[in-house]
Amino acid sequence: MLRGLWKLTWLEIKIFLREPLGAFGSIFFPVLVFVVAGRWFSGARVPTAAATRVLSVDLPAFVAVLIALSAVLSLVTIIAIYREGGILRRLRATPLRPQTILTAHVLAKLALTLVTMALMVLASKRYYPIPVHVPLISFAVALLISTWSILSLGFLIASIVPTARFAQPIGAAILYPMLGLCGLFVPLQSLPRGLHALARANPLTYAVSLLGGIWKGEAWSAHLGDVAALVVVFAVCTALAARVFRWE
Amino acid sequence: MGDFGTPGPVIQVRGIRKSYGATVAVSDVSFDVNEGEIFGLIGPNGAGKTTTMECVEGVRRPDGGTISILGLDPFRDVYALQNRIGVQLQQAQLQKRIKVWEALDLWASLYTNAVDGDRLLEQLGLENKRDAWFMTLSGGQKQRLFIALALINDPEVVFLDELTTGLDPQARRAIWELVRGIRERGKTVFMTTHLMEEAERLCDRVAILEHGKIIDIGTPEQLVRRHCPTRTVLLATESAGAEERLRAMPGAATVTRHDARYTLEGQGEDFVTEVIQCLSENRIRVTDFRTVLPNLEDVFLKLTGHSIRD
Repeated sequence: MLRGLWKLTWLEIKIFLREPLGAFGSIFFPVLVFVVAGRWFSGARVPTAAATRVLSVDLPAFVAVLIALSAVLSLVTIIAIYREGGILRRLRATPLRPQTILTAHVLAKLALTLVTMALMVLASKRYYPIPVHVPLISFAVALLISTWSILSLGFLIASIVPTARFAQPIGAAILYPMLGLCGLFVPLQSLPRGLHALARANPLTYAVSLLGGIWKGEAWSAHLGDVAALVVVFAVCTALAARVFRWE
Repeated sequence: MGDFGTPGPVIQVRGIRKSYGATVAVSDVSFDVNEGEIFGLIGPNGAGKTTTMECVEGVRRPDGGTISILGLDPFRDVYALQNRIGVQLQQAQLQKRIKVWEALDLWASLYTNAVDGDRLLEQLGLENKRDAWFMTLSGGQKQRLFIALALINDPEVVFLDELTTGLDPQARRAIWELVRGIRERGKTVFMTTHLMEEAERLCDRVAILEHGKIIDIGTPEQLVRRHCPTRTVLLATESAGAEERLRAMPGAATVTRHDARYTLEGQGEDFVTEVIQCLSENRIRVTDFRTVLPNLEDVFLKLTGHSIRD
């Protein structure tokens, strides 16, 4: 089962970094958003309490989810291109197990997510307007769990995009609106009942709650519900994707 | 397996069927592939060549019928089988920015037996493309890389699906040479093509497939002899009385004349010799002499009523 997994994972990471915009789009862009938005909020004439809340929890959580989403979007695009070009077909006609091929992509994305997170934490030490004391290991684990869970949604989206051309726009059209209903921009309590239910079904809601909480130093015990929800999302999406995923 | 060193067929296909929804891709196809031969499945696009091949490779499961390859059931024993076969797929690609050596290295790590990738590149004339990205290779170079990947595990049977489609004639000839080289190493080659010239030049035996059925199987020569026995001789002569003599020839079925140009048609292997004898016995002086021999293209036309390109 594991035959070729590490080699393929490493290869997919290298290939991704050779993409002209691959490294910039998914590694530097979220970090840039983090630093620039942080500076903007600290400079704006907003009430200090609100600005502090944004800076200490909301913005880090937002950027962390952005990191996860860009990994997912890139996965959707890559899978669509690989399917259309017959690359998946070619890889499948080797002793590689189908699940090994997909696992290699997940691992490659998780590795890049960690690198981006490391950059984000480094940037927070130097360029962030308020001091940051983030529990590194815990935050890394929280981000990995969130990304891993949402990646399974990516496989589901990758199953339904008709061609590689539409992968990026369709992926973005599904994923980015989910940001609007994750409790970051509008508090969940103030949503009307229908939207509230929708927000509760949105995996990003739990990712944001987990990432924001861990970033500001809360204990894991306070976020077991979030983790459980993300695991359920993973289980459901993986089960669905296993049924509808198309290799060619 | 046969007795005492007489190897049986490497591949035995018996009555396989495959449908996609209401479309019947393959119906009741049977054939054998012998050890060490180049066997070709020929037919127009959509005839069911690739489906048949994919069933034998174990990547597709037939709806009915049985397949045995190297003594294995391809679908049930697919992972054991993959170690012993090499596959080149129709219109497959690799990652755009994967390097040639990286692809070979990955493939080599997947099999229990792997041959030296660098030597393979050398043999296929790709040694100076070792560090090139896949996307920068020409069509011919890509196909040569796919052949290298198909050979990396020193396979007993090599599958080549529409190997030269989209290549220019020169690259095509170079690939043919490589395929002959595969046979010379004692490997069995199972290929598909819709190019009759390719089948004729390369294959030891061919099966003609149309609408998911095999119409006939044999060596290209056998098929031509069986279905298109007519030989045609075109000649030009100013000799008086030539027409009379030629018409009197016992073997000539038809003789047509356009001024000094004659077209003679007759049956059988000896017809051309008979014409030459007739000309020399009667001291007929010819200024042009050409033979038109039927080929697989004509066999296909005869058997299906249409050209393979239609």
